Amino acid sequence: MLLTAIAFYAFSAVLIGAALMVIASRNPVHSVLFLILAFFSAAALFILLGAEFLALILLIVYVGAVAVLFLFVVMMLDVDFAELKHGVLQYLPLGGLVGVILATELVLVGTWALAPASHSPLPHAAPANLTNTEAFGRVLYTDYIYYFETAGLILLVAMIGAIVLTLRHKPDARRQKIARQNARDPALAIRLVDVPPGQGG
Amino acid sequence: MIGLAHYLAVAAIVFTIGVLGIFLNRRNVIIILMSIELILLSVNINFVAFSAYLGNLIGQIFALFVLTVAAAEAAIGLAILVVYFRNRGSIAVENVNLMKG
Repeated sequence: MLLTAIAFYAFSAVLIGAALMVIASRNPVHSVLFLILAFFSAAALFILLGAEFLALILLIVYVGAVAVLFLFVVMMLDVDFAELKHGVLQYLPLGGLVGVILATELVLVGTWALAPASHSPLPHAAPANLTNTEAFGRVLYTDYIYYFETAGLILLVAMIGAIVLTLRHKPDARRQKIARQNARDPALAIRLVDVPPGQGG
Repeated sequence: MIGLAHYLAVAAIVFTIGVLGIFLNRRNVIIILMSIELILLSVNINFVAFSAYLGNLIGQIFALFVLTVAAAEAAIGLAILVVYFRNRGSIAVENVNLMKG
Protein backbone atom coordinates (compact mmCIF):
# COMPACT_ATOMS: atom_id res chain seq x y z
CA MET A 1 0.00 0.00 0.00
CA LEU A 2 2.91 2.30 0.73
CA LEU A 3 4.37 1.49 -2.67
CA THR A 4 1.08 2.51 -4.31
CA ALA A 5 1.14 5.82 -2.49
CA ILE A 6 4.73 6.49 -3.52
CA ALA A 7 3.92 5.64 -7.14
CA PHE A 8 0.84 7.85 -7.06
CA TYR A 9 2.70 10.86 -5.73
CA ALA A 10 5.64 10.38 -8.09
CA PHE A 11 3.49 10.06 -11.22
CA SER A 12 1.21 12.90 -10.14
CA ALA A 13 4.19 15.19 -9.59
CA VAL A 14 5.60 14.28 -13.01
CA LEU A 15 2.17 14.82 -14.60
CA ILE A 16 1.69 18.25 -13.06
CA GLY A 17 5.24 19.34 -13.79
CA ALA A 18 5.00 18.18 -17.42
CA ALA A 19 1.65 19.93 -17.83
CA LEU A 20 3.20 23.15 -16.49
CA MET A 21 6.11 22.83 -18.90
CA VAL A 22 3.70 22.30 -21.82
CA ILE A 23 2.32 25.80 -21.40
CA ALA A 24 5.55 27.40 -20.17
CA SER A 25 8.31 26.24 -22.50
CA ARG A 26 9.44 28.59 -25.25
CA ASN A 27 10.00 26.00 -27.94
CA PRO A 28 6.81 24.26 -29.15
CA VAL A 29 8.74 21.07 -29.88
CA HIS A 30 9.62 20.91 -26.18
CA SER A 31 5.94 21.51 -25.42
CA VAL A 32 4.94 18.50 -27.49
CA LEU A 33 7.58 16.34 -25.81
CA PHE A 34 6.36 17.42 -22.35
CA LEU A 35 2.81 16.63 -23.50
CA ILE A 36 3.99 13.11 -24.29
CA LEU A 37 5.53 12.87 -20.81
CA ALA A 38 2.23 14.04 -19.29
CA PHE A 39 0.35 11.35 -21.22
CA PHE A 40 2.78 8.69 -20.00
CA SER A 41 2.28 9.77 -16.39
CA ALA A 42 -1.49 9.81 -16.82
CA ALA A 43 -1.33 6.30 -18.25
CA ALA A 44 0.61 5.22 -15.16
CA LEU A 45 -2.12 6.74 -12.97
CA PHE A 46 -4.71 4.80 -14.97
CA ILE A 47 -2.79 1.59 -14.31
CA LEU A 48 -2.73 2.41 -10.59
CA LEU A 49 -6.50 2.77 -10.79
CA GLY A 50 -6.84 -0.65 -12.41
CA ALA A 51 -7.78 0.57 -15.89
CA GLU A 52 -5.03 -1.13 -17.87
CA PHE A 53 -6.86 -1.20 -21.18
CA LEU A 54 -7.56 2.51 -21.13
CA ALA A 55 -3.97 3.26 -20.09
CA LEU A 56 -2.57 1.42 -23.10
CA ILE A 57 -5.17 2.95 -25.41
CA LEU A 58 -4.12 6.35 -24.08
CA LEU A 59 -0.52 5.60 -24.96
CA ILE A 60 -1.33 4.25 -28.42
CA VAL A 61 -3.81 6.94 -29.40
CA TYR A 62 -2.22 9.98 -27.82
CA VAL A 63 1.50 9.27 -27.97
CA GLY A 64 1.28 7.26 -31.17
CA ALA A 65 -1.10 9.45 -33.12
CA VAL A 66 -2.01 12.79 -31.63
CA ALA A 67 1.43 13.79 -30.32
CA VAL A 68 3.08 12.74 -33.57
CA LEU A 69 0.50 14.82 -35.44
CA PHE A 70 1.36 17.80 -33.25
CA LEU A 71 5.09 17.29 -33.82
CA PHE A 72 4.51 17.01 -37.56
CA VAL A 73 2.55 20.24 -37.72
CA VAL A 74 4.98 22.12 -35.46
CA MET A 75 7.90 21.10 -37.62
CA MET A 76 6.07 21.64 -40.91
CA LEU A 77 4.96 25.20 -40.20
CA ASP A 78 7.77 27.69 -40.58
CA VAL A 79 6.72 30.03 -37.78
CA ASP A 80 8.82 32.43 -35.77
CA PHE A 81 7.76 31.10 -32.38
CA ALA A 82 9.88 33.57 -30.41
CA GLU A 83 7.83 36.36 -31.93
CA LEU A 84 4.62 34.62 -30.90
CA LYS A 85 5.77 34.31 -27.34
CA HIS A 86 6.16 37.93 -26.35
CA GLY A 87 3.28 39.55 -24.54
CA VAL A 88 2.49 36.42 -22.56
CA LEU A 89 3.01 38.06 -19.18
CA GLN A 90 0.46 40.70 -20.08
CA TYR A 91 -2.35 38.29 -19.24
CA LEU A 92 -0.66 36.79 -16.18
CA PRO A 93 -2.59 38.72 -13.46
CA LEU A 94 -6.03 37.89 -14.85
CA GLY A 95 -5.03 34.36 -15.78
CA GLY A 96 -3.42 33.74 -12.40
CA LEU A 97 -6.51 34.99 -10.58
CA VAL A 98 -8.83 32.77 -12.65
CA GLY A 99 -6.48 29.82 -12.20
CA VAL A 100 -6.24 30.16 -8.41
CA ILE A 101 -10.00 30.49 -8.02
CA LEU A 102 -10.70 27.58 -10.36
CA ALA A 103 -8.16 25.28 -8.69
CA THR A 104 -9.41 26.15 -5.19
CA GLU A 105 -13.02 25.49 -6.12
CA LEU A 106 -12.30 22.25 -7.91
CA VAL A 107 -10.09 20.86 -5.14
CA LEU A 108 -12.57 21.89 -2.44
CA VAL A 109 -15.47 20.26 -4.27
CA GLY A 110 -13.41 17.14 -4.88
CA THR A 111 -12.18 16.74 -1.33
CA TRP A 112 -15.16 17.93 0.69
CA ALA A 113 -18.32 17.29 -1.20
CA LEU A 114 -17.60 14.06 -3.04
CA ALA A 115 -14.87 12.15 -1.32
CA PRO A 116 -16.31 11.23 2.11
CA ALA A 117 -19.24 9.37 0.56
CA SER A 118 -16.92 7.04 -1.33
CA HIS A 119 -13.98 6.65 0.98
CA SER A 120 -13.94 2.89 0.76
CA PRO A 121 -12.32 2.15 -2.59
CA LEU A 122 -13.35 -0.94 -4.44
CA PRO A 123 -10.22 -2.78 -5.55
CA HIS A 124 -11.33 -3.40 -9.12
CA ALA A 125 -14.07 -2.06 -11.26
CA ALA A 126 -14.14 -5.34 -13.16
CA PRO A 127 -15.80 -8.47 -11.82
CA ALA A 128 -13.36 -10.63 -9.92
CA ASN A 129 -12.75 -13.38 -12.45
CA LEU A 130 -12.32 -11.13 -15.49
CA THR A 131 -9.43 -8.96 -16.58
CA ASN A 132 -10.09 -5.28 -17.05
CA THR A 133 -9.93 -5.59 -20.83
CA GLU A 134 -12.38 -8.47 -20.98
CA ALA A 135 -14.91 -6.80 -18.71
CA PHE A 136 -14.52 -3.58 -20.68
CA GLY A 137 -15.19 -5.36 -23.96
CA ARG A 138 -18.20 -7.17 -22.56
CA VAL A 139 -19.82 -3.89 -21.61
CA LEU A 140 -18.65 -1.90 -24.63
CA TYR A 141 -19.75 -4.37 -27.30
CA THR A 142 -23.16 -5.10 -25.80
CA ASP A 143 -24.78 -2.20 -24.00
CA TYR A 144 -22.79 0.52 -25.71
CA ILE A 145 -22.46 -0.86 -29.23
CA TYR A 146 -24.37 2.02 -30.85
CA TYR A 147 -22.21 4.59 -29.05
CA PHE A 148 -19.15 2.64 -30.14
CA GLU A 149 -20.25 2.78 -33.77
CA THR A 150 -21.03 6.48 -33.40
CA ALA A 151 -17.46 6.99 -32.18
CA GLY A 152 -16.22 5.28 -35.32
CA LEU A 153 -18.44 7.55 -37.41
CA ILE A 154 -16.99 10.60 -35.64
CA LEU A 155 -13.48 9.43 -36.49
CA LEU A 156 -14.51 8.90 -40.14
CA VAL A 157 -15.98 12.40 -40.32
CA ALA A 158 -12.83 13.84 -38.76
CA MET A 159 -10.64 11.99 -41.25
CA ILE A 160 -12.66 13.14 -44.27
CA GLY A 161 -12.82 16.67 -42.87
CA ALA A 162 -9.07 16.88 -42.37
CA ILE A 163 -8.43 15.59 -45.89
CA VAL A 164 -10.94 17.97 -47.47
CA LEU A 165 -9.53 20.92 -45.55
CA THR A 166 -5.92 20.37 -46.47
CA LEU A 167 -6.27 18.95 -50.00
CA ARG A 168 -4.99 21.44 -52.54
CA HIS A 169 -5.53 21.28 -56.30
CA LYS A 170 -2.88 23.15 -58.20
CA PRO A 171 -4.48 24.36 -61.45
CA ASP A 172 -1.27 23.95 -63.48
CA ALA A 173 -0.36 20.53 -62.16
CA ARG A 174 -0.18 17.82 -64.83
CA ARG A 175 -2.46 14.97 -63.82
CA GLN A 176 -3.25 11.63 -65.35
CA LYS A 177 -6.54 11.71 -67.29
CA ILE A 178 -7.60 8.10 -67.25
CA ALA A 179 -10.79 8.56 -69.29
CA ARG A 180 -8.85 10.22 -72.10
CA GLN A 181 -6.24 7.49 -72.00
CA ASN A 182 -8.88 4.80 -72.28
CA ALA A 183 -10.65 6.59 -75.13
CA ARG A 184 -7.58 6.59 -77.36
CA ASP A 185 -7.55 4.10 -80.22
CA PRO A 186 -4.92 3.27 -82.88
CA ALA A 187 -6.49 5.63 -85.41
CA LEU A 188 -5.82 8.55 -83.07
CA ALA A 189 -2.50 7.41 -81.73
CA ILE A 190 -0.60 6.19 -84.81
CA ARG A 191 0.33 8.37 -87.74
CA LEU A 192 2.00 6.80 -90.76
CA VAL A 193 4.44 9.02 -92.60
CA ASP A 194 5.79 8.08 -95.98
CA VAL A 195 9.42 9.19 -95.91
CA PRO A 196 11.24 9.10 -99.26
CA PRO A 197 14.59 7.25 -99.20
CA GLY A 198 17.57 9.43 -98.41
CA GLN A 199 15.60 12.37 -97.03
CA GLY A 200 14.54 11.14 -93.62
CA GLY A 201 15.95 12.86 -90.58
CA MET B 1 -3.86 5.79 1.79
CA ILE B 2 -4.66 7.14 -1.65
CA GLY B 3 -8.33 7.97 -1.97
CA LEU B 4 -10.64 9.33 -4.60
CA ALA B 5 -9.95 12.88 -3.42
CA HIS B 6 -6.28 12.60 -4.34
CA TYR B 7 -7.06 11.70 -7.93
CA LEU B 8 -9.68 14.43 -8.12
CA ALA B 9 -7.16 16.97 -6.84
CA VAL B 10 -4.58 15.93 -9.47
CA ALA B 11 -7.22 16.16 -12.21
CA ALA B 12 -8.33 19.58 -10.94
CA ILE B 13 -4.75 20.88 -11.02
CA VAL B 14 -4.17 19.60 -14.55
CA PHE B 15 -7.49 21.12 -15.64
CA THR B 16 -6.46 24.46 -14.17
CA ILE B 17 -3.11 24.31 -15.95
CA GLY B 18 -4.94 23.70 -19.22
CA VAL B 19 -7.23 26.69 -18.69
CA LEU B 20 -4.21 28.81 -17.73
CA GLY B 21 -2.48 27.77 -20.95
CA ILE B 22 -5.41 29.06 -22.98
CA PHE B 23 -5.39 32.31 -20.98
CA LEU B 24 -1.67 33.00 -21.18
CA ASN B 25 -0.75 31.91 -24.71
CA ARG B 26 -3.27 33.93 -26.64
CA ARG B 27 -1.09 34.15 -29.71
CA ASN B 28 0.02 30.59 -30.30
CA VAL B 29 -2.71 28.25 -31.53
CA ILE B 30 -0.59 25.12 -31.16
CA ILE B 31 -0.20 25.71 -27.41
CA ILE B 32 -3.95 26.33 -27.15
CA LEU B 33 -4.67 22.99 -28.86
CA MET B 34 -2.27 21.27 -26.46
CA SER B 35 -4.03 22.95 -23.52
CA ILE B 36 -7.33 21.53 -24.76
CA GLU B 37 -5.69 18.08 -24.82
CA LEU B 38 -4.59 18.62 -21.21
CA ILE B 39 -8.13 19.59 -20.18
CA LEU B 40 -9.58 16.48 -21.83
CA LEU B 41 -6.88 14.37 -20.16
CA SER B 42 -7.89 15.69 -16.74
CA VAL B 43 -11.52 14.91 -17.50
CA ASN B 44 -10.42 11.38 -18.36
CA ILE B 45 -8.56 11.07 -15.05
CA ASN B 46 -11.77 12.08 -13.27
CA PHE B 47 -13.81 9.52 -15.18
CA VAL B 48 -11.40 6.67 -14.53
CA ALA B 49 -11.00 7.58 -10.84
CA PHE B 50 -14.76 7.59 -10.30
CA SER B 51 -15.03 4.37 -12.29
CA ALA B 52 -12.49 2.67 -10.04
CA TYR B 53 -13.80 3.98 -6.73
CA LEU B 54 -17.48 3.46 -7.46
CA GLY B 55 -16.86 0.01 -8.94
CA ASN B 56 -18.58 0.82 -12.22
CA LEU B 57 -17.05 0.27 -15.65
CA ILE B 58 -19.18 2.85 -17.42
CA GLY B 59 -16.83 5.66 -16.45
CA GLN B 60 -14.02 3.97 -18.35
CA ILE B 61 -16.27 3.54 -21.37
CA PHE B 62 -17.12 7.22 -21.34
CA ALA B 63 -13.41 8.01 -21.02
CA LEU B 64 -12.84 5.99 -24.21
CA PHE B 65 -15.40 8.13 -26.03
CA VAL B 66 -13.76 11.29 -24.70
CA LEU B 67 -10.48 9.95 -26.08
CA THR B 68 -12.11 9.42 -29.49
CA VAL B 69 -13.52 12.92 -29.63
CA ALA B 70 -10.18 14.37 -28.48
CA ALA B 71 -8.35 12.61 -31.29
CA ALA B 72 -10.89 13.83 -33.86
CA GLU B 73 -10.68 17.36 -32.47
CA ALA B 74 -6.89 17.39 -32.66
CA ALA B 75 -6.96 16.22 -36.29
CA ILE B 76 -9.52 18.81 -37.40
CA GLY B 77 -7.91 21.60 -35.39
CA LEU B 78 -4.47 20.95 -36.85
CA ALA B 79 -5.95 20.76 -40.36
CA ILE B 80 -7.61 24.15 -39.87
CA LEU B 81 -4.30 25.45 -38.53
CA VAL B 82 -2.41 24.25 -41.60
CA VAL B 83 -4.95 25.87 -43.96
CA TYR B 84 -4.84 29.11 -41.96
CA PHE B 85 -1.06 29.18 -42.08
CA ARG B 86 -1.12 28.56 -45.82
CA ASN B 87 -3.42 31.52 -46.36
CA ARG B 88 -1.90 33.99 -43.90
CA GLY B 89 1.70 32.95 -43.37
CA SER B 90 1.33 33.20 -39.59
CA ILE B 91 -0.55 31.43 -36.82
CA ALA B 92 -1.15 34.38 -34.48
CA VAL B 93 -4.67 34.00 -33.12
CA GLU B 94 -5.09 37.69 -32.52
CA ASN B 95 -5.61 38.23 -36.23
CA VAL B 96 -8.31 35.59 -36.65
CA ASN B 97 -11.16 38.11 -36.38
CA LEU B 98 -10.55 39.42 -39.89
CA MET B 99 -13.98 38.42 -41.15
CA LYS B 100 -15.65 40.80 -38.74
CA GLY B 101 -15.04 43.42 -41.42
